[in-house]
Amino acid sequence: MSLRVTDLKVHYQTLKGEVRALDGVSFEVGDGEILGLAGESGCGKTTLGKSLIRMDGRMRHIGGRVELDGEELPVGDDRRMNPFRFHKVSLVPQYSMSAMNPTRKIGRMVGELLRSRGVPLDAEKLAARLDLVGLSPEVLGRYPIELSGGMKQRMVMVISTLLDPSLLIADEVTSALDVSTQKGVATALAGFRDNGVVNSMIFITHDISLTYQIADKIMIMYAGKVVERAPAKVIVEAPRHPYTKLLIDSLPEVGVRYADRRLSGIPGGPPSLLDPPTGCRFRDRCPLAFDKCAQEPPAAEIEPGHVVACWKA
Amino acid sequence: MRRYFGRKLLIYGLTFVVAVTINWMIPRFMPGDPVASMLARARVSQPEAVEAMRAYYTSLFGFDQPVWQQYLGFWGALLRGDFGISIWVFPTPVSTVIMGAVPYTLALMIPSVLLSWVVGNRLGAYAARRKLLDNTVLPVGYVLTATPYMWLAVLLAWGFGVILGWFPVAGGYSFSTRPNWSLDFVLDLLHHWALPFASLFLVALGGWAIGMRNMIIYELESDYANYLSALGAPQRLIRRYAFRNAVLPQITGLALQLGVLVAGALVTEIVFSYPGLGSLILKAIQNQDFFLLQGTFLFIVLGVLVANFVIDIVYVVVDPRTRAGMAGATA
Repeated sequence: MSLRVTDLKVHYQTLKGEVRALDGVSFEVGDGEILGLAGESGCGKTTLGKSLIRMDGRMRHIGGRVELDGEELPVGDDRRMNPFRFHKVSLVPQYSMSAMNPTRKIGRMVGELLRSRGVPLDAEKLAARLDLVGLSPEVLGRYPIELSGGMKQRMVMVISTLLDPSLLIADEVTSALDVSTQKGVATALAGFRDNGVVNSMIFITHDISLTYQIADKIMIMYAGKVVERAPAKVIVEAPRHPYTKLLIDSLPEVGVRYADRRLSGIPGGPPSLLDPPTGCRFRDRCPLAFDKCAQEPPAAEIEPGHVVACWKA
Repeated sequence: MRRYFGRKLLIYGLTFVVAVTINWMIPRFMPGDPVASMLARARVSQPEAVEAMRAYYTSLFGFDQPVWQQYLGFWGALLRGDFGISIWVFPTPVSTVIMGAVPYTLALMIPSVLLSWVVGNRLGAYAARRKLLDNTVLPVGYVLTATPYMWLAVLLAWGFGVILGWFPVAGGYSFSTRPNWSLDFVLDLLHHWALPFASLFLVALGGWAIGMRNMIIYELESDYANYLSALGAPQRLIRRYAFRNAVLPQITGLALQLGVLVAGALVTEIVFSYPGLGSLILKAIQNQDFFLLQGTFLFIVLGVLVANFVIDIVYVVVDPRTRAGMAGATA
């Protein structure tokens, strides 16, 4: 097992109080596995991604353990976490468009970054990695603004994986790209896994159809909790949690005329995590809700590899 | 690149023409008659002699010509490097008078502007990373930057000159000495230079420190800084990048502030009776010496324009984004 997260709790400190962005999240990612992480915005997926590599100043590690390759990750301790960053866990951020220093030539920046981590620059490896994502070595002599959005995105992917991390967190990597480049970036990421550059990956997105194309397993989050986790095919074809079902139903399908059947969304919005309601957090929006939903549903493994947190599943 | 500088030069050229024109206009449309004041100073009683002198001065300064001819003649003389003859220290040419004052002003301006910029930036950058320093640099910076130049100058002159007696309060050098290149005279110059320099330096320092502190904090929260931290890069590297990028707006700020700094220097010179352009302007106004006034203004305008142009060039060198903007992006 590559990554094992047990009952992870991370809160944001705000002026109004503690926001429980992650409220007891448990999951595993196997060797060579890509876990797709989906959910609407504010569900805690980015918080989860950040918690695994670097918490920002407002985030507090409240509880839970994270194990990577049998070793505990000190996620709550910024200083002790540092040796793991880049070497063991790496990140392709949401903001790849602006992730590189605008006033340094890319090659020079990469060199300085590697040297600061005490690793010599392996020019051949870098060239091979650039080739892997379809960039020419020329880009190293350019400034970030001279690259297109897709090129910047791929460059950041190369930088992040240069030290062959065990776990790569790809956070909304495709959100800023147009549809034609999205697929390319997603396949390039899968390529990193296939070539053994990274061992396992968490692919965070709100785009379930894209996740489905590269992920082995998909985990759906809602209001700081995991609602369902299953192999990608099962999530898309036979979801069991009502939230997952509604999420899948709200996706447009090719060849369907929506004049006849209106595309359904999910009415309502997620609850505030400042003071979350007890019981099932989806209760207020759930068409199947009944009395028992006032108690919190446990995450149950209804078949091997398929975990659902719903009384009706 | 050539087009960029061509356009810049055109703008600077236009600014120069407009400045020269305004510069020519202001003293001429100012109330008061310089010839009359010269005559009054001469204290001649016979009316014939007064008339003769008036005619002589009027034709000497060209006031008998129509205004447009005076204007064209002004440009012609300007291009020949002839600023006319000073009325105040008649008959010394204005260019000689100005050249005597320029070294003092430059010796005051250049070190105070550059040093306050460099030190202010450093101070601001340090303040951004240490709470304790931030809590002192910020309020002190606000007080300094809000201080009017002449007020701080007066305070310094009073404190260090009058009360403590460490520094002379007036002049560019002691009245008992004549300018020469001996060590004693140079030390005397430095001694007189210290207080005006300090007042200019301190006022400018606060503004730069505050600007840099804010810019650094902004840069440290930028995406590239977050990305580098996520990859475990040491704070040293991130701060180096942040400083480099935060300096860019400060360079623009320097270009913008230049005019204000020059004005500040002029006022400071007057407070300390420092023999630079500022004191010259005061004298020129008091004596309605518009040739001198014009010449001095022109020099200041020229100085500010040249300094701005230099900053433009520096900016192109340090910020790759401006270069790419000039050439058109090559994707």
